[in-house]
Amino acid sequence: MSLVLRETALAFRRAPLLSALSVTTIAFSLFVFGLFGLVAVNIQRAIGNVAERVEVVAYLKRGTPLQAVALAAADIEAFPEVESVQHVTEQEALARARRDLREFQDIFQDLETNPLPASLDVRLRPAFRDVQRAAAVAERLAALAIVDDVRYGREWVEKLDRLRNIAGAVGTVVGAAFALVAIIIIGTTIRMAVLHRSREIAIMRLVGATDGFIRRPFLLEGILKGLLGGVLAVGLSYGGYALIDAYLLRASFFTAAQATLGVAAGGFIGLVGSLVSVGRHLRST
Amino acid sequence: MIKFTGVTKEYLKTGAALKQVSFHIARGQFAFLTGHSGAGKTTALRLIYLAERPTAGEVRVSGFSTARAGPREIPRLRRRLGIVFQDFQLLEDRTAEENVAFALEVTGARHTTIRPRVMRVLTQVGLAGKANQYPRELSGGEQQRVAIARARVNDPVVLLADEPTGNLDERATRGIFQLLKDINASGTAVLMATHDLDLVRSMDAHLIELQQGEVVYDSAEDAAGRQPVAP
Repeated sequence: MSLVLRETALAFRRAPLLSALSVTTIAFSLFVFGLFGLVAVNIQRAIGNVAERVEVVAYLKRGTPLQAVALAAADIEAFPEVESVQHVTEQEALARARRDLREFQDIFQDLETNPLPASLDVRLRPAFRDVQRAAAVAERLAALAIVDDVRYGREWVEKLDRLRNIAGAVGTVVGAAFALVAIIIIGTTIRMAVLHRSREIAIMRLVGATDGFIRRPFLLEGILKGLLGGVLAVGLSYGGYALIDAYLLRASFFTAAQATLGVAAGGFIGLVGSLVSVGRHLRST
Repeated sequence: MIKFTGVTKEYLKTGAALKQVSFHIARGQFAFLTGHSGAGKTTALRLIYLAERPTAGEVRVSGFSTARAGPREIPRLRRRLGIVFQDFQLLEDRTAEENVAFALEVTGARHTTIRPRVMRVLTQVGLAGKANQYPRELSGGEQQRVAIARARVNDPVVLLADEPTGNLDERATRGIFQLLKDINASGTAVLMATHDLDLVRSMDAHLIELQQGEVVYDSAEDAAGRQPVAP
Protein backbone atom coordinates (compact mmCIF):
# COMPACT_ATOMS: atom_id res chain seq x y z
CA MET A 1 0.00 0.00 0.00
CA SER A 2 2.79 2.41 0.91
CA LEU A 3 4.28 1.74 -2.53
CA VAL A 4 1.02 2.73 -4.22
CA LEU A 5 0.94 5.95 -2.18
CA ARG A 6 4.55 6.69 -3.02
CA GLU A 7 4.03 6.06 -6.74
CA THR A 8 0.94 8.28 -6.69
CA ALA A 9 2.76 11.10 -4.92
CA LEU A 10 5.60 10.68 -7.42
CA ALA A 11 3.16 11.02 -10.31
CA PHE A 12 1.99 14.38 -8.97
CA ARG A 13 5.54 15.54 -8.31
CA ARG A 14 6.94 14.46 -11.65
CA ALA A 15 4.26 16.06 -13.79
CA PRO A 16 3.06 18.99 -11.68
CA LEU A 17 1.81 20.97 -14.68
CA LEU A 18 -0.16 18.10 -16.15
CA SER A 19 -1.57 17.25 -12.71
CA ALA A 20 -2.61 20.83 -12.10
CA LEU A 21 -4.14 20.94 -15.56
CA SER A 22 -6.18 17.80 -14.91
CA VAL A 23 -7.38 19.05 -11.54
CA THR A 24 -8.35 22.41 -13.08
CA THR A 25 -10.12 20.76 -16.00
CA ILE A 26 -12.03 18.50 -13.65
CA ALA A 27 -12.83 21.48 -11.43
CA PHE A 28 -14.19 23.55 -14.30
CA SER A 29 -16.27 20.78 -15.82
CA LEU A 30 -17.74 20.06 -12.40
CA PHE A 31 -18.18 23.81 -11.86
CA VAL A 32 -20.33 24.12 -15.00
CA PHE A 33 -22.34 21.18 -13.76
CA GLY A 34 -22.45 22.81 -10.33
CA LEU A 35 -23.81 26.08 -11.74
CA PHE A 36 -26.53 24.14 -13.47
CA GLY A 37 -27.15 22.34 -10.19
CA LEU A 38 -27.49 25.69 -8.42
CA VAL A 39 -30.10 26.82 -10.93
CA ALA A 40 -31.95 23.54 -10.52
CA VAL A 41 -31.80 23.73 -6.73
CA ASN A 42 -33.12 27.29 -6.73
CA ILE A 43 -35.92 26.59 -9.18
CA GLN A 44 -36.91 23.60 -7.10
CA ARG A 45 -36.92 25.70 -3.97
CA ALA A 46 -39.00 28.40 -5.65
CA ILE A 47 -41.52 25.82 -6.81
CA GLY A 48 -41.51 24.36 -3.32
CA ASN A 49 -42.33 27.78 -1.86
CA VAL A 50 -45.21 28.21 -4.28
CA ALA A 51 -46.42 24.69 -3.66
CA GLU A 52 -46.64 25.49 0.04
CA ARG A 53 -49.65 27.59 -0.81
CA VAL A 54 -51.56 24.60 -2.19
CA GLU A 55 -54.53 24.46 0.15
CA VAL A 56 -57.95 22.87 0.10
CA VAL A 57 -60.64 25.09 1.58
CA ALA A 58 -63.91 23.54 2.73
CA TYR A 59 -66.66 26.17 3.18
CA LEU A 60 -69.02 25.20 5.95
CA LYS A 61 -72.78 25.33 5.97
CA ARG A 62 -74.15 28.26 7.92
CA GLY A 63 -75.02 27.52 11.48
CA THR A 64 -72.85 24.42 11.84
CA PRO A 65 -72.27 23.95 15.57
CA LEU A 66 -68.70 24.47 16.71
CA GLN A 67 -68.57 21.02 18.21
CA ALA A 68 -69.33 19.40 14.87
CA VAL A 69 -66.64 21.53 13.25
CA ALA A 70 -64.10 20.49 15.85
CA LEU A 71 -64.96 16.80 15.35
CA ALA A 72 -64.71 17.12 11.57
CA ALA A 73 -61.40 18.99 11.86
CA ALA A 74 -59.97 16.18 14.00
CA ASP A 75 -61.12 13.60 11.43
CA ILE A 76 -59.59 15.54 8.55
CA GLU A 77 -56.32 15.98 10.38
CA ALA A 78 -56.05 12.20 10.51
CA PHE A 79 -56.01 12.00 6.68
CA PRO A 80 -52.55 10.81 5.56
CA GLU A 81 -52.27 13.69 3.07
CA VAL A 82 -53.08 16.40 5.57
CA GLU A 83 -50.50 18.46 7.38
CA SER A 84 -52.78 20.82 9.32
CA VAL A 85 -56.37 22.01 9.52
CA GLN A 86 -57.32 25.52 10.50
CA HIS A 87 -60.83 26.55 11.41
CA VAL A 88 -61.63 30.04 10.08
CA THR A 89 -64.82 31.48 11.58
CA GLU A 90 -67.09 33.84 9.69
CA GLN A 91 -65.72 36.86 11.62
CA GLU A 92 -62.15 35.78 10.92
CA ALA A 93 -62.96 35.37 7.23
CA LEU A 94 -64.32 38.90 7.12
CA ALA A 95 -61.34 40.31 8.97
CA ARG A 96 -59.00 38.47 6.60
CA ALA A 97 -60.90 39.77 3.56
CA ARG A 98 -60.69 43.32 4.89
CA ARG A 99 -56.98 42.95 5.44
CA ASP A 100 -56.08 41.11 2.21
CA LEU A 101 -58.45 42.67 -0.27
CA ARG A 102 -57.86 46.38 0.29
CA GLU A 103 -59.35 47.40 -3.02
CA PHE A 104 -62.72 46.12 -1.82
CA GLN A 105 -62.30 47.67 1.60
CA ASP A 106 -65.26 50.00 1.12
CA ILE A 107 -67.63 47.21 0.30
CA PHE A 108 -66.60 45.15 3.32
CA GLN A 109 -66.78 48.25 5.50
CA ASP A 110 -70.44 48.96 4.79
CA LEU A 111 -71.77 45.45 5.23
CA GLU A 112 -74.62 44.96 7.65
CA THR A 113 -74.42 41.19 7.71
CA ASN A 114 -71.35 39.06 7.10
CA PRO A 115 -71.74 37.25 3.76
CA LEU A 116 -68.60 35.17 4.15
CA PRO A 117 -68.92 31.54 5.26
CA ALA A 118 -66.78 29.88 7.88
CA SER A 119 -64.24 27.40 6.51
CA LEU A 120 -61.73 24.68 7.28
CA ASP A 121 -58.42 25.53 5.59
CA VAL A 122 -56.61 22.27 4.96
CA ARG A 123 -52.87 22.33 4.30
CA LEU A 124 -51.42 19.30 2.56
CA ARG A 125 -48.12 17.63 3.33
CA PRO A 126 -45.33 18.61 0.86
CA ALA A 127 -45.39 15.29 -1.01
CA PHE A 128 -49.15 15.57 -1.64
CA ARG A 129 -49.28 19.05 -3.14
CA ASP A 130 -50.42 18.09 -6.62
CA VAL A 131 -53.65 18.00 -8.60
CA GLN A 132 -54.63 14.39 -8.03
CA ARG A 133 -54.06 14.43 -4.29
CA ALA A 134 -55.69 17.81 -3.82
CA ALA A 135 -58.70 16.66 -5.85
CA ALA A 136 -58.97 13.45 -3.85
CA VAL A 137 -58.92 15.34 -0.56
CA ALA A 138 -61.42 17.87 -1.89
CA GLU A 139 -63.76 15.06 -2.88
CA ARG A 140 -63.65 13.51 0.55
CA LEU A 141 -64.24 16.89 2.20
CA ALA A 142 -67.23 17.59 -0.06
CA ALA A 143 -68.85 14.37 1.16
CA LEU A 144 -68.93 15.65 4.73
CA ALA A 145 -72.36 16.74 5.94
CA ILE A 146 -71.19 20.08 7.36
CA VAL A 147 -69.42 21.11 4.14
CA ASP A 148 -71.19 23.32 1.65
CA ASP A 149 -68.53 23.74 -1.02
CA VAL A 150 -64.85 22.92 -1.58
CA ARG A 151 -62.22 24.93 -3.46
CA TYR A 152 -58.59 24.19 -4.10
CA GLY A 153 -57.62 26.42 -7.02
CA ARG A 154 -57.64 23.55 -9.46
CA GLU A 155 -56.33 25.42 -12.50
CA TRP A 156 -53.58 27.02 -10.50
CA VAL A 157 -52.45 23.70 -9.05
CA GLU A 158 -52.56 22.16 -12.52
CA LYS A 159 -50.24 24.89 -13.81
CA LEU A 160 -47.94 24.31 -10.89
CA ASP A 161 -47.89 20.60 -11.72
CA ARG A 162 -46.99 21.29 -15.32
CA LEU A 163 -44.23 23.66 -14.29
CA ARG A 164 -42.88 21.05 -11.92
CA ASN A 165 -42.91 18.38 -14.64
CA ILE A 166 -41.17 20.64 -17.15
CA ALA A 167 -38.54 21.69 -14.62
CA GLY A 168 -37.98 18.06 -13.72
CA ALA A 169 -37.64 16.90 -17.33
CA VAL A 170 -35.41 19.79 -18.43
CA GLY A 171 -33.35 19.37 -15.29
CA THR A 172 -32.82 15.67 -15.91
CA VAL A 173 -31.94 16.04 -19.59
CA VAL A 174 -29.69 19.09 -19.25
CA GLY A 175 -28.15 17.71 -16.07
CA ALA A 176 -27.39 14.39 -17.75
CA ALA A 177 -25.87 16.21 -20.73
CA PHE A 178 -23.66 18.34 -18.47
CA ALA A 179 -22.64 15.30 -16.45
CA LEU A 180 -21.79 13.41 -19.64
CA VAL A 181 -19.66 16.28 -20.94
CA ALA A 182 -17.90 16.48 -17.57
CA ILE A 183 -17.22 12.74 -17.63
CA ILE A 184 -15.85 12.87 -21.19
CA ILE A 185 -13.59 15.84 -20.47
CA ILE A 186 -12.33 14.30 -17.25
CA GLY A 187 -11.80 10.94 -18.99
CA THR A 188 -9.76 12.67 -21.70
CA THR A 189 -7.62 14.46 -19.13
CA ILE A 190 -6.87 11.24 -17.36
CA ARG A 191 -6.13 9.55 -20.69
CA MET A 192 -3.53 12.28 -21.31
CA ALA A 193 -1.92 11.45 -17.98
CA VAL A 194 -1.87 7.78 -18.93
CA LEU A 195 -0.34 8.47 -22.36
CA HIS A 196 2.21 10.75 -20.72
CA ARG A 197 3.39 7.72 -18.80
CA SER A 198 2.97 5.08 -21.51
CA ARG A 199 6.73 4.54 -21.70
CA GLU A 200 6.86 3.99 -17.98
CA ILE A 201 3.95 1.56 -18.20
CA ALA A 202 5.75 -0.36 -20.97
CA ILE A 203 8.88 -0.62 -18.82
CA MET A 204 6.86 -1.70 -15.79
CA ARG A 205 5.41 -4.50 -17.86
CA LEU A 206 8.81 -5.57 -19.14
CA VAL A 207 10.12 -6.06 -15.63
CA GLY A 208 7.09 -8.18 -14.76
CA ALA A 209 4.57 -5.81 -13.19
CA THR A 210 1.02 -7.16 -13.24
CA ASP A 211 -1.74 -5.03 -14.74
CA GLY A 212 -3.26 -4.67 -11.28
CA PHE A 213 0.00 -3.31 -9.92
CA ILE A 214 0.26 -0.81 -12.79
CA ARG A 215 -3.37 0.23 -12.44
CA ARG A 216 -3.47 0.98 -8.71
CA PRO A 217 -1.47 4.24 -8.58
CA PHE A 218 -3.46 5.54 -11.55
CA LEU A 219 -6.76 4.80 -9.84
CA LEU A 220 -5.67 6.50 -6.65
CA GLU A 221 -4.40 9.43 -8.72
CA GLY A 222 -7.74 9.62 -10.52
CA ILE A 223 -9.70 9.60 -7.26
CA LEU A 224 -7.46 12.27 -5.72
CA LYS A 225 -7.65 14.51 -8.78
CA GLY A 226 -11.41 14.06 -8.89
CA LEU A 227 -11.79 14.91 -5.19
CA LEU A 228 -9.53 17.96 -5.51
CA GLY A 229 -11.42 19.06 -8.62
CA GLY A 230 -14.68 18.54 -6.74
CA VAL A 231 -13.57 20.69 -3.81
CA LEU A 232 -12.42 23.41 -6.22
CA ALA A 233 -15.70 23.20 -8.14
CA VAL A 234 -17.72 23.62 -4.94
CA GLY A 235 -15.56 26.64 -4.10
CA LEU A 236 -16.07 28.14 -7.56
CA SER A 237 -19.80 27.47 -7.38
CA TYR A 238 -19.91 29.21 -4.02
CA GLY A 239 -18.17 32.20 -5.59
CA GLY A 240 -20.71 32.21 -8.41
CA TYR A 241 -23.55 31.89 -5.95
CA ALA A 242 -22.24 34.73 -3.78
CA LEU A 243 -22.02 37.05 -6.81
CA ILE A 244 -25.52 36.18 -7.99
CA ASP A 245 -26.90 36.51 -4.49
CA ALA A 246 -25.24 39.89 -3.96
CA TYR A 247 -25.96 41.54 -7.29
CA LEU A 248 -28.73 39.71 -9.13
CA LEU A 249 -31.27 37.92 -7.00
CA ARG A 250 -31.70 36.18 -3.69
CA ALA A 251 -30.59 32.64 -4.16
CA SER A 252 -29.72 29.70 -2.02
CA PHE A 253 -26.63 27.46 -2.08
CA PHE A 254 -26.27 23.70 -1.91
CA THR A 255 -26.83 22.07 1.44
CA ALA A 256 -23.75 20.56 3.08
CA ALA A 257 -24.95 17.11 2.00
CA GLN A 258 -25.33 18.22 -1.63
CA ALA A 259 -21.87 19.83 -1.64
CA THR A 260 -20.34 16.67 -0.15
CA LEU A 261 -22.14 14.63 -2.78
CA GLY A 262 -20.62 16.88 -5.47
CA VAL A 263 -17.09 16.32 -4.17
CA ALA A 264 -17.73 12.59 -3.91
CA ALA A 265 -19.04 12.61 -7.47
CA GLY A 266 -15.75 14.20 -8.55
CA GLY A 267 -13.84 11.39 -6.89
CA PHE A 268 -16.12 8.80 -8.44
CA ILE A 269 -15.77 10.26 -11.94
CA GLY A 270 -12.00 10.37 -11.43
CA LEU A 271 -12.02 6.71 -10.45
CA VAL A 272 -14.19 5.61 -13.36
CA GLY A 273 -12.23 7.80 -15.81
CA SER A 274 -8.93 6.25 -14.72
CA LEU A 275 -10.36 2.76 -14.73
CA VAL A 276 -11.54 3.18 -18.32
CA SER A 277 -8.42 5.00 -19.57
CA VAL A 278 -5.86 2.72 -17.96
CA GLY A 279 -7.88 -0.37 -18.82
CA ARG A 280 -8.08 0.65 -22.46
CA HIS A 281 -4.39 1.49 -22.55
CA LEU A 282 -3.38 -1.81 -20.97
CA ARG A 283 -5.56 -3.79 -23.35
CA SER A 284 -4.27 -1.96 -26.41
CA THR A 285 -0.55 -2.42 -25.72
CA MET B 1 15.39 -23.93 -21.75
CA ILE B 2 14.48 -21.73 -24.72
CA LYS B 3 13.05 -23.86 -27.48
CA PHE B 4 11.60 -22.65 -30.76
CA THR B 5 9.70 -25.34 -32.66
CA GLY B 6 8.59 -24.48 -36.19
CA VAL B 7 7.88 -20.89 -35.21
CA THR B 8 6.34 -18.59 -37.80
CA LYS B 9 5.37 -15.01 -37.06
CA GLU B 10 3.41 -13.06 -39.62
CA TYR B 11 2.34 -9.44 -39.43
CA LEU B 12 -0.68 -8.16 -41.25
CA LYS B 13 1.17 -5.32 -42.94
CA THR B 14 4.72 -6.52 -43.39
CA GLY B 15 4.23 -10.25 -43.86
CA ALA B 16 6.33 -13.00 -42.30
CA ALA B 17 9.04 -11.89 -39.86
CA LEU B 18 9.96 -15.47 -38.92
CA LYS B 19 9.47 -18.61 -41.01
CA GLN B 20 9.54 -22.09 -39.51
CA VAL B 21 12.26 -21.20 -37.02
CA SER B 22 13.52 -23.93 -34.72
CA PHE B 23 16.42 -23.76 -32.28
CA HIS B 24 17.25 -24.65 -28.74
CA ILE B 25 19.29 -22.77 -26.18
CA ALA B 26 20.36 -24.80 -23.18
CA ARG B 27 20.49 -23.71 -19.55
CA GLY B 28 23.56 -21.63 -18.75
CA GLN B 29 24.54 -21.18 -22.38
CA PHE B 30 25.84 -18.03 -24.05
CA ALA B 31 24.17 -17.66 -27.43
CA PHE B 32 24.33 -15.10 -30.21
CA LEU B 33 21.43 -14.33 -32.48
CA THR B 34 22.87 -12.57 -35.51
CA GLY B 35 21.67 -11.32 -38.83
CA HIS B 36 21.10 -8.10 -40.70
CA SER B 37 18.56 -5.56 -39.59
CA GLY B 38 15.10 -6.92 -40.31
CA ALA B 39 16.28 -10.54 -40.20
CA GLY B 40 13.89 -11.24 -37.32
CA LYS B 41 16.17 -11.02 -34.27
CA THR B 42 13.98 -8.61 -32.32
CA THR B 43 10.83 -10.54 -33.23
CA ALA B 44 12.42 -13.73 -31.91
CA LEU B 45 13.26 -12.00 -28.62
CA ARG B 46 9.77 -10.52 -28.35
CA LEU B 47 8.33 -14.00 -28.75
CA ILE B 48 10.51 -15.18 -25.87
CA TYR B 49 9.23 -12.57 -23.43
CA LEU B 50 5.69 -12.98 -24.74
CA ALA B 51 5.30 -9.48 -26.13
CA GLU B 52 4.14 -11.35 -29.22
CA ARG B 53 2.58 -14.73 -29.88
CA PRO B 54 3.68 -16.90 -32.79
CA THR B 55 1.34 -17.29 -35.75
CA ALA B 56 2.34 -20.97 -35.90
CA GLY B 57 4.65 -23.21 -33.91
CA GLU B 58 5.57 -23.01 -30.24
CA VAL B 59 8.07 -21.16 -28.09
CA ARG B 60 8.92 -22.69 -24.73
CA VAL B 61 10.78 -20.67 -22.13
CA SER B 62 11.73 -22.05 -18.74
CA GLY B 63 8.54 -24.08 -18.37
CA PHE B 64 6.26 -21.52 -20.01
CA SER B 65 4.75 -22.20 -23.41
CA THR B 66 3.32 -19.72 -25.88
CA ALA B 67 0.67 -22.31 -26.61
CA ARG B 68 -0.63 -22.36 -23.04
CA ALA B 69 0.43 -19.26 -21.13
CA GLY B 70 -2.48 -16.91 -20.39
CA PRO B 71 -2.14 -13.15 -19.93
CA ARG B 72 -1.77 -13.59 -16.18
CA GLU B 73 1.32 -15.70 -16.63
CA ILE B 74 3.18 -13.12 -18.68
CA PRO B 75 4.33 -11.09 -15.62
CA ARG B 76 5.41 -14.34 -13.92
CA LEU B 77 7.50 -15.30 -16.93
CA ARG B 78 9.08 -11.86 -17.20
CA ARG B 79 10.20 -11.93 -13.59
CA ARG B 80 12.31 -14.95 -14.50
CA LEU B 81 13.88 -13.10 -17.43
CA GLY B 82 16.18 -10.12 -17.58
CA ILE B 83 15.75 -7.94 -20.64
CA VAL B 84 18.23 -5.36 -21.95
CA PHE B 85 17.62 -3.07 -24.92
CA GLN B 86 19.71 -1.02 -27.29
CA ASP B 87 18.04 2.17 -25.98
CA PHE B 88 18.36 1.12 -22.30
CA GLN B 89 14.68 1.74 -21.47
CA LEU B 90 15.41 3.43 -18.15
CA LEU B 91 12.95 5.67 -16.33
CA GLU B 92 14.39 9.13 -16.78
CA ASP B 93 13.03 10.57 -13.56
CA ARG B 94 14.42 7.92 -11.27
CA THR B 95 17.97 7.47 -10.09
CA ALA B 96 20.05 4.44 -11.05
CA GLU B 97 19.23 2.85 -7.71
CA GLU B 98 15.50 3.56 -8.09
CA ASN B 99 15.49 2.15 -11.61
CA VAL B 100 16.95 -1.11 -10.37
CA ALA B 101 14.80 -1.20 -7.24
CA PHE B 102 11.72 -0.75 -9.39
CA ALA B 103 12.13 -4.22 -10.89
CA LEU B 104 12.06 -5.67 -7.38
CA GLU B 105 9.20 -3.51 -6.15
CA VAL B 106 6.85 -4.67 -8.90
CA THR B 107 7.38 -8.25 -7.77
CA GLY B 108 6.27 -7.33 -4.28
CA ALA B 109 9.70 -7.98 -2.75
CA ARG B 110 10.05 -7.16 0.93
CA HIS B 111 11.06 -3.55 1.35
CA THR B 112 13.94 -4.30 3.70
CA THR B 113 15.57 -6.69 1.22
CA ILE B 114 15.39 -4.37 -1.76
CA ARG B 115 18.19 -1.93 -0.99
CA PRO B 116 20.89 -4.51 -0.18
CA ARG B 117 20.07 -6.48 -3.32
CA VAL B 118 20.07 -3.35 -5.48
CA MET B 119 23.41 -2.18 -4.09
CA ARG B 120 24.88 -5.62 -4.65
CA VAL B 121 24.03 -5.70 -8.38
CA LEU B 122 25.04 -2.06 -8.84
CA THR B 123 28.42 -2.99 -7.35
CA GLN B 124 28.66 -5.97 -9.68
CA VAL B 125 28.17 -3.73 -12.72
CA GLY B 126 30.66 -1.19 -11.32
CA LEU B 127 28.20 1.59 -10.54
CA ALA B 128 28.03 1.54 -6.75
CA GLY B 129 29.33 5.13 -6.67
CA LYS B 130 26.68 6.42 -9.05
CA ALA B 131 23.58 4.96 -7.43
CA ASN B 132 22.03 8.38 -6.85
CA GLN B 133 22.56 9.73 -10.35
CA TYR B 134 19.85 10.08 -12.93
CA PRO B 135 20.15 8.43 -16.37
CA ARG B 136 20.84 11.78 -18.05
CA GLU B 137 23.85 12.24 -15.78
CA LEU B 138 25.35 8.92 -16.90
CA SER B 139 27.21 7.96 -20.08
CA GLY B 140 25.65 5.50 -22.55
CA GLY B 141 27.78 2.67 -21.25
CA GLU B 142 26.84 3.48 -17.67
CA GLN B 143 23.15 3.63 -18.54
CA GLN B 144 23.41 0.20 -20.11
CA ARG B 145 25.08 -1.04 -16.95
CA VAL B 146 22.10 0.22 -14.95
CA ALA B 147 19.81 -1.62 -17.36
CA ILE B 148 21.86 -4.80 -16.93
CA ALA B 149 21.76 -4.39 -13.15
CA ARG B 150 17.98 -4.06 -13.38
CA ALA B 151 17.79 -7.15 -15.58
CA ARG B 152 19.94 -9.08 -13.12
CA VAL B 153 18.46 -8.09 -9.81
CA ASN B 154 15.70 -10.70 -9.96
CA ASP B 155 18.24 -13.51 -10.51
CA PRO B 156 16.86 -14.42 -13.94
CA VAL B 157 17.39 -17.79 -15.55
CA VAL B 158 18.17 -16.08 -18.82
CA LEU B 159 19.21 -12.60 -19.80
CA LEU B 160 17.91 -11.38 -23.17
CA ALA B 161 19.89 -8.57 -24.76
CA ASP B 162 18.65 -6.89 -27.94
CA GLU B 163 21.61 -5.10 -29.56
CA PRO B 164 22.87 -4.04 -26.12
CA THR B 165 25.96 -2.40 -27.59
CA GLY B 166 24.25 -0.85 -30.62
CA ASN B 167 24.41 2.68 -29.19
CA LEU B 168 27.83 2.43 -27.57
CA ASP B 169 31.38 3.27 -28.61
CA GLU B 170 33.99 0.56 -28.85
CA ARG B 171 35.33 0.89 -25.34
CA ALA B 172 31.89 0.87 -23.74
CA THR B 173 30.96 -2.05 -25.99
CA ARG B 174 33.87 -4.11 -24.70
CA GLY B 175 32.91 -3.29 -21.11
CA ILE B 176 29.28 -4.30 -21.59
CA PHE B 177 30.24 -7.45 -23.44
CA GLN B 178 32.62 -8.44 -20.66
CA LEU B 179 29.85 -7.84 -18.14
CA LEU B 180 27.50 -10.14 -20.07
CA LYS B 181 30.20 -12.81 -20.16
CA ASP B 182 30.72 -12.45 -16.39
CA ILE B 183 27.00 -12.84 -15.83
CA ASN B 184 27.01 -15.96 -17.99
CA ALA B 185 29.98 -17.32 -16.05
CA SER B 186 27.91 -17.08 -12.88
CA GLY B 187 25.37 -19.47 -14.39
CA THR B 188 22.80 -17.25 -16.10
CA ALA B 189 22.09 -18.06 -19.74
CA VAL B 190 22.56 -15.10 -22.07
CA LEU B 191 20.90 -14.66 -25.45
CA MET B 192 22.34 -11.66 -27.23
CA ALA B 193 20.97 -10.35 -30.50
CA THR B 194 23.68 -8.42 -32.35
CA HIS B 195 24.99 -7.69 -35.78
CA ASP B 196 28.46 -6.88 -34.46
CA LEU B 197 30.46 -9.70 -36.04
CA ASP B 198 33.65 -8.75 -34.19
CA LEU B 199 31.93 -9.58 -30.93
CA VAL B 200 30.56 -12.82 -32.33
CA ARG B 201 33.97 -13.93 -33.60
CA SER B 202 35.68 -13.03 -30.33
CA MET B 203 33.92 -15.81 -28.46
CA ASP B 204 33.25 -19.45 -29.02
CA ALA B 205 29.54 -19.41 -28.25
CA HIS B 206 26.34 -20.91 -29.59
CA LEU B 207 25.60 -18.98 -32.80
CA ILE B 208 22.29 -18.76 -34.59
CA GLU B 209 22.12 -16.72 -37.75
CA LEU B 210 18.86 -15.45 -39.18
CA GLN B 211 18.29 -14.25 -42.71
CA GLN B 212 14.94 -12.89 -43.79
CA GLY B 213 13.20 -14.71 -41.00
CA GLU B 214 14.84 -18.08 -41.49
CA VAL B 215 17.64 -19.82 -39.59
CA VAL B 216 20.52 -20.11 -42.05
CA TYR B 217 23.12 -21.29 -39.58
CA ASP B 218 23.03 -22.87 -36.15
CA SER B 219 26.32 -23.87 -34.64
CA ALA B 220 24.56 -26.44 -32.45
CA GLU B 221 23.76 -28.42 -35.60
CA ASP B 222 26.51 -29.10 -38.09
CA ALA B 223 26.62 -27.57 -41.54
CA ALA B 224 24.96 -30.57 -43.21
CA GLY B 225 21.92 -30.01 -41.04
CA ARG B 226 22.11 -33.29 -39.10
CA GLN B 227 21.13 -33.62 -35.44
CA PRO B 228 23.02 -31.39 -32.99
CA VAL B 229 26.28 -32.81 -31.80
CA ALA B 230 26.36 -30.84 -28.57
CA PRO B 231 23.18 -28.91 -27.65
